[in-house]
Amino acid sequence: MSEVSFRQRVGALALVAPLALFIALFFVWPLVTVLKESVSDATVSHALPTMVDAAADWNRQSPPTAAMKAALVTDLRGIEDQQLFGDLVRRLNSAQAGFRTLLPKTRTAVDKSRETTAPEAVDLEEIDKRWSNPAYWQAIAGTLSPFTDQHLLAAVDLSRDGTGAIVALGADESANLTILLRTFWVSALVTLVCLAIGLPYAMLAAAMTGWRRQLLLGAVLLPLWTSLLVRTASWYILLQDNGLVNDALQSLGLTDAPLRLIFNRVGVVIAMAHILLPFMVLPIYSVLITIPKTLMPAAASLGAHPLLAFLRVLLPLSLRGVASGALLVFMAAIGYYITPALIGGAQDQMISSVIAFYATGSANWGMAAALGIVLLAATLLLYMVYGWLSSDKTARA
Amino acid sequence: MAIPRIRFDQITKSYGSLRVIDGLSLDIAKGEFISLLGPSGSGKTTLLMILAGFESATGGGVWLDGKRIDHLPPYRRDMGVVFQNYALFPHMTVADNIAFPLQMRGVRKAEIAERVKRALDMVQLGAMSERYPAQLSGGQQQRIALARALVFEPAVVLMDEPLGALDKQLREQMQLDIRKLHMRLGLTVVFVTHDQSEALTMSDRIAVFNKGIIEQIGTPREIYDHPATRFVAEFIGETNLIEGTVERVEADMATVRLAGGSEIRVQAGTAATTSAKVLVSVRPERIHLGPDAGERGNALRSTVVDSVYQGDHLRVQLDDGAHGFIVRSDRRTAEWPQGAAVVASFQPEDCWVIAS
Ligand SMILES: Nc1ncnc2c1ncn2[C@@H]1O[C@H](COP(=O)(O)OP(=O)(O)O)[C@@H](O)[C@H]1O
Ligand SMILES: [Mg+2]
Repeated sequence: MSEVSFRQRVGALALVAPLALFIALFFVWPLVTVLKESVSDATVSHALPTMVDAAADWNRQSPPTAAMKAALVTDLRGIEDQQLFGDLVRRLNSAQAGFRTLLPKTRTAVDKSRETTAPEAVDLEEIDKRWSNPAYWQAIAGTLSPFTDQHLLAAVDLSRDGTGAIVALGADESANLTILLRTFWVSALVTLVCLAIGLPYAMLAAAMTGWRRQLLLGAVLLPLWTSLLVRTASWYILLQDNGLVNDALQSLGLTDAPLRLIFNRVGVVIAMAHILLPFMVLPIYSVLITIPKTLMPAAASLGAHPLLAFLRVLLPLSLRGVASGALLVFMAAIGYYITPALIGGAQDQMISSVIAFYATGSANWGMAAALGIVLLAATLLLYMVYGWLSSDKTARA
Repeated sequence: MAIPRIRFDQITKSYGSLRVIDGLSLDIAKGEFISLLGPSGSGKTTLLMILAGFESATGGGVWLDGKRIDHLPPYRRDMGVVFQNYALFPHMTVADNIAFPLQMRGVRKAEIAERVKRALDMVQLGAMSERYPAQLSGGQQQRIALARALVFEPAVVLMDEPLGALDKQLREQMQLDIRKLHMRLGLTVVFVTHDQSEALTMSDRIAVFNKGIIEQIGTPREIYDHPATRFVAEFIGETNLIEGTVERVEADMATVRLAGGSEIRVQAGTAATTSAKVLVSVRPERIHLGPDAGERGNALRSTVVDSVYQGDHLRVQLDDGAHGFIVRSDRRTAEWPQGAAVVASFQPEDCWVIAS
């Protein structure tokens, strides 16, 4: 009996194993890696191993202990790897300006006295006055932990000061929050535009039959078969000052001079809304076709003006599709990179371009990962709101 | 005659080249229960939709209480429609569904609550007011749809095969319930069905539809006993149609010579004129089987072809050499083995002549 059930269970597990493996490999593992990257900060603890123990019980208020000073000298003398030293300088300098000059100078000095002076006997303050400033020691102590919330905080324009308290970064130091808010704002605009076009469009498609319906659906689906880059590039052409759109507006006499449609917010919203429209139309359409065709006639026979019937019957019933469509469009929009980069101006760049900058421009994987995590958190939060909204009675009925 | 509640005058409806309703005229009196009965595709729904305002007629006019309503949109026609699939609003509770037509008419809140409660009690579903339609059985949904169509006291109630989706027992119960409501509230009802027994059970009058025209209109008794055409005779219940030629017509009786040579006496309808080719309709339950004709006026010597037990009756298939017959025989009388010789006899009053 139990033999059989055990074998059955193993069999069942074997059946789902490939799927589980797939999920683990392509979803869980990259997420964990990104998460780890965003909080790991091993440079300083790796470069200054003895410092980790020496500074363990320092309270960060009193002057640095003799043991810490000796440990610093030992560790500086111990660094062979130039790359590691470079990383250390960069990391410490990002916590406290001044290390870029202080550390190489100190290293040269302590290296020179390697044979003559024991680590405990080196007078760091004589090498450079700055070592008497506790801020530098606080910076070192603050970066010794192999984990840091520095990137995550920086992703939302926060940081820790010398004593470890969380403070806001100055406006000139970081613009992540502004760009994040802009990302959400542009995404919301795109979602609204998609909704304004997609809802009537889906209703039209659902009301049609036969080839008319196929044509309408085909028209929204067709762009999905074209590369994102191509679609963006075609908007680039269409929206130019002497592009098709402006030419048409002028020849119709609607405008005298070309409208500024590209390298600004308008162009970005137009292009993104076009690209994301299918993700609004399809969920709404799929909900609409499940609504019995007799409901609107029923409402009319009960005395409802078509507008009232729409507001009281069709709209509430299509809300589930509207919610999923809006969620899909919004979530896809906050990750957009190519379209704002090509069609937007400097003031329209979204958070993805910042991520791309950190990832490919400055090799700061920690920051790139942290910003990614912030986006992920925002998406999950939205998804939870959606789940909560769609679990109410309307969905059940 | 008083102004009819509804008047269809020469209604025509075409979809492209397809003529679905063809010059149809019909008056419906206030308080009348009329059934539109006919096979699928005969145009019943189309006529109902023209009445409700969801379709516009290609030609002709529709009047309600003497006022032409062709130009009125559906929401201003004051007609309660019960759809076949109930068409309850899935996102509203039962109470909200029933309140809907009252809200559309701007009835005060307190009065709405009162009338919704009364409507729910009327269909015996007072306890269900806070449920959603998906939580109700088919029969309960049907009652709610009915309550919703009645609560605003429309001039006419239209029902398009409202009982089609229910099982037999529930359907028969609902037929009686709707009939009772009709009588108690004095409703004017236009009821579409393709089920002839349903139409016979419920209606004051039946309009038999065929290919976009009304073949015959009359009380259930008239339609059943005196079908005007072959189509009606065959569509309403089961019947035997025997071909023959009218020999003589005397007062209200006539003599018909059947193809097999025998003569029978029949009621002379309008179709009975001397030497006219006719069909004689005799209902299977009106034919008696026995060793002789007894007191019944007409007799045909026949052979039993087949005999099937049906619970409440025996269904016997006969052949008199020229025609086949179906007979519903009382099962308490003798069994009729295959090949047995038997006399099929029936009264002249039970024979109805139809033009062939
Ligand atoms: N919208 C339409 N377009 C074309 N033909 C239609 C349409 N609606 C109904 N018909 C046709 O009209 C005829 C009558 O339909 P209907 O009134 O629904 O019949 P019934 O209700 O008696 O079954 C059918 O042949 C049907 O195919
Ligand atoms: Mg129909």
